[in-house]
Amino acid sequence: MRKLLVLLAVLLLVHGAFLFVRPSGASAARTQADVNVGIVFDVGGRGDKSFNDGAYVGGTRAERELGAHVRFIEPGDGSDRESGLRLLAAEGMDLVIGVGFIFTDDITQLAKDYPNTKFAGIDFAVSSDRYGNPILPPPNVAALKFREEQGSFLVGALAALESRTKKVGFIGGMDSPLIQKFEVGYRAGVKQVCPRCTVLVGYAGVTPEAFRNPGKGKELALSQYGQGADIIYHASGSTGLGVFEAARQTGHLAIGVDADQYAEAPGHVLTSMVKGVDEAVYDVIKLVKEHRFKGGIYQLGLAEHGVGYVYDANNRALIPDSVRARVETLGADIVAGRINVPSTR
Amino acid sequence: MAVLLFLAQTLRIAIPYLFAAAGGVVSERAGLIGLTLEGYMLGGAFAAALGSYYGHSAWFGVLAGVLGGALLAVVYGVSAIRFRADQVVVGIAINLLAIGVTRFFLRLAFGSSSNSPRVTGFGGEQSGNGFTALVANPMIWLGLIVIPLVAWMLYRTPFGLRVRAVGEHPAAATSVGVPVTRVRYTAVILSGVLAGLGGVYLVLDQHQFTDQMTAGRGFIALAATIFGRWDPSRVGVACLLFAAAETLQIQLQGAQLVPSQFVEMIPYLLTIIALAGVVGRAVPPAALGRAPE
Repeated sequence: MRKLLVLLAVLLLVHGAFLFVRPSGASAARTQADVNVGIVFDVGGRGDKSFNDGAYVGGTRAERELGAHVRFIEPGDGSDRESGLRLLAAEGMDLVIGVGFIFTDDITQLAKDYPNTKFAGIDFAVSSDRYGNPILPPPNVAALKFREEQGSFLVGALAALESRTKKVGFIGGMDSPLIQKFEVGYRAGVKQVCPRCTVLVGYAGVTPEAFRNPGKGKELALSQYGQGADIIYHASGSTGLGVFEAARQTGHLAIGVDADQYAEAPGHVLTSMVKGVDEAVYDVIKLVKEHRFKGGIYQLGLAEHGVGYVYDANNRALIPDSVRARVETLGADIVAGRINVPSTR
Repeated sequence: MAVLLFLAQTLRIAIPYLFAAAGGVVSERAGLIGLTLEGYMLGGAFAAALGSYYGHSAWFGVLAGVLGGALLAVVYGVSAIRFRADQVVVGIAINLLAIGVTRFFLRLAFGSSSNSPRVTGFGGEQSGNGFTALVANPMIWLGLIVIPLVAWMLYRTPFGLRVRAVGEHPAAATSVGVPVTRVRYTAVILSGVLAGLGGVYLVLDQHQFTDQMTAGRGFIALAATIFGRWDPSRVGVACLLFAAAETLQIQLQGAQLVPSQFVEMIPYLLTIIALAGVVGRAVPPAALGRAPE
């Protein structure tokens, strides 16, 4: 019994001692490059054909064009995320990027522990105080946010102009303000060019599982196509793969999200609302390299090329020139501030 | 027409529940908790994608999916029967294992962390919204007969009698010479096969595997197993009921009549009501969750 107590006491002491250790020796990983960048991926890691791959493209482009040294970390589930960020910060990286809103709290905490390291969070969730004013992140943190409602507005207008039935659909993943932003922008875009058009709305659920339920996505889409919608826009992660499957099965059109999703159902993807994660990552690395980095909230909209829609060789045949011209005009109006796209219901 | 579409959608949603709940009944009647259904489904789904992709045939997918579900069931069986581990703890571990293993091999086989490439399924490319797609899919037919089959097995065959005996009173079963361990292994592997088929249906219907695509369907099937009081025909009705509620939620979303949060609660709410004994007494198999002496 006494032996056990002694052992416990020793372990406790060792544990306590480790609390004071800062892995400063780890800074050996720092290289001679002008700018050292660490990127921690969201769950899924590389190969998600979306966010993480976008960040990877931006990071490798910075390596090539800016001579930056970029290190990528793919965490597993749960607490690995925080330790991934901490490891990179402790290694003395100039800039640490967390890909995904899930890093918000970890970055806020770490930015206080490492005030000399710069942090950037893709889709960083800025909270607001009681009066609805945004709470600014720490001064060494850049919150990179996208104006998804603007991109959704444009694909909404495009869908309404292309729809023969004057009925279009929207399918969201988890019913939450983040996804409602897509719906609201989309609806505004539809109403802008076609006030008489109907928008059918469906959400896959109220838990994060709603983002990875293609079976539910397919049923939602079949139901909306059955009710007369001929184009459906989805903002629902891999649930949307079911939407494409339904489009394929019934011979209708769907609109992708985040990245160009044409390859998921060739011939059935009208366009995709893309977020420029690669641009954002590249730009923030460039700012650090040129010593122009400033903390704060960055809202990346159409004007900043943070959002947009795909128009290329694949879907050119689906979009007539007149429609394209109309959508481009609307985009210019948003950039010029002549149209104000709502982002909440 | 609207009624027929409603029924067709209910059926499509119910099929994975029917398969998994059939597995749940077999496993729980033999005394092994069916927490692992979700894991079997996911394992079966991934194996089906592998089989269909490399075998270029949906039937290879079915075969592989059955093996995938059975494999996880063997792991569960060995831990719970041979090593008498706590079934709830092992069950949770199996579900987590299924998530990790499928993601790992998804990366290894297809170089993606989100989804597999397109695989061969049943039916043509553009089978439409209606009934041709339903009729052309043998998995639908299989799903419709799986519950009657399990009912027949449980109540009309010697093996079924042994399964029920082992789940109610293993000591008594041993005393009359029933090989308890062997019956339990057979039952748990059969439940893996059945639940795996639920995953197979999902993959062949989507023509691809997606990370964690079962999205809690195994737990709804477990809820149906309990709500149906471990009786196959009642469990089948419970599956159809839960699927109908989901269909209703999908079709009513535009109307905003019922909050979708409420509809998502229905299976679990009904399960709690069933367990609380509001509608008749729910008596689980007496030896459920216990390792025989």
